Amino acid sequence: MTKEKDIGYYPGCTLNTVARGFDTSTRESAKILGINLKELSQWNCCGAVYPLTPDNLMGVAGAAKVLSAAEKEGERLTTLCSFCFNVLKRTKTGLDRDEERRRVVNDFHEIDYSGGVKVLHFLEVLKEDVGFGKIKESVKTPLKGLKLAPYYGCMLLRPFEEVGIDDHENPTIFEDFLATLGCEVVRYPKRIDCCGAHISVSEKEIVAVMSGNVLLSAFRNGAEALITSCPLCLYNIERSEEALVKREPAFKPIPVVYFSQILGLALGQDRESLGFERNMYDFRPLLKSKGL
Amino acid sequence: MKIKIGVKDLRSEFIDLIQRITGEEIALCYQCGNCTAGCPAAFAMDIAPHHVVRLLQLGHEETVLDANSMWICVSCLQCYSRCPKNVDISRIMEGLRQMSLRKGIDKVEIKQLPVDILSDSPQQALVAGFRKLVN
Ligand code: SF4
Ligand code: SF4
Repeated sequence: MTKEKDIGYYPGCTLNTVARGFDTSTRESAKILGINLKELSQWNCCGAVYPLTPDNLMGVAGAAKVLSAAEKEGERLTTLCSFCFNVLKRTKTGLDRDEERRRVVNDFHEIDYSGGVKVLHFLEVLKEDVGFGKIKESVKTPLKGLKLAPYYGCMLLRPFEEVGIDDHENPTIFEDFLATLGCEVVRYPKRIDCCGAHISVSEKEIVAVMSGNVLLSAFRNGAEALITSCPLCLYNIERSEEALVKREPAFKPIPVVYFSQILGLALGQDRESLGFERNMYDFRPLLKSKGL
Repeated sequence: MKIKIGVKDLRSEFIDLIQRITGEEIALCYQCGNCTAGCPAAFAMDIAPHHVVRLLQLGHEETVLDANSMWICVSCLQCYSRCPKNVDISRIMEGLRQMSLRKGIDKVEIKQLPVDILSDSPQQALVAGFRKLVN
């Protein structure tokens, strides 16, 4: 048994509510893999989007507060939601290289963030801390015969020089991760394209086309399910399946699930705890059809 | 006829402002179109991303501000990722949105949003959407 590794954990708003399964399945698999996720004793919303006009310091205020809380509790902070990860990491980069910005934000909150915390996406923790080799050894139920398509979207990869968890044009971390669980990894062109993100609140039809393009690309390359690390990607894609059936009659809806649910499944976690019942398109019949 | 556009030709109050709030240099773009080729939302834009930059270079700010492009842009950064000149169009689009929002002109009115969107959306969609589309 390896010694448990401590790491600060930021769930974020969405994982605390609609994406509960994403959170609970991860906590459970982390335990099995010897990672001690310590939820920050205090946290607030990260702000969801990193402001793209550098003069908008208010836009990083929320994330700065999270970073400041995190550095008091440890040297490293991990999160699951791609949006949270992107905002926290970009905020950190922006504040760490600009003393003036750091001072203004610190004064505003009356905090003293100093740049002392490293921000990691949980996939990076799985790769670097645990190692894919060790995960492979811990797999109890190899996902044999399942054809799964990893979906990166934008926030894990761009901007590459600030947040990229892997190469921004040809990433492999997600594929490598899924391969360790014994499934067949589907490669498809649109795995790094955007699902439509926040314009789901204003432009549903456009999101349906954008998400539909991703889905169709995965489907045509043989995907039986799409695997994501972002609750907004999941939401947009699930809600675009119907429109895609109309646009492309050959298309059959496929389930969209979080990577941690797949991990939990392979590690032999209690199925009931993985949150599959919340998915719009049920993943369980597919499992059954593969004898899993 | 040869058209030559240098940094000096690109001085206007509008260009100065947008360059200041975004940190981008409009003149850098040489119109290769890589941004638009990779943009997953270009199909729905009145004016494609590289044309937005071109129109700004030529001083047609009204045309750009009247177009839906800045509201359709999802800040996915694919344009920036593939730009050989390191132009970040996602920032230019945000600068254009900010020009509208900072004057109090919003893209969506929260009260008018359908109830199913408000009740059904993940929190991050609402927070992100309101930050991008509402002052
Ligand atoms: S990719 Fe860059 S240089 Fe090419 S058209 Fe777009 S902004 Fe201009
Ligand atoms: S950031 Fe905007 S303009 Fe750039 S590729 Fe994405 S949607 Fe298109």
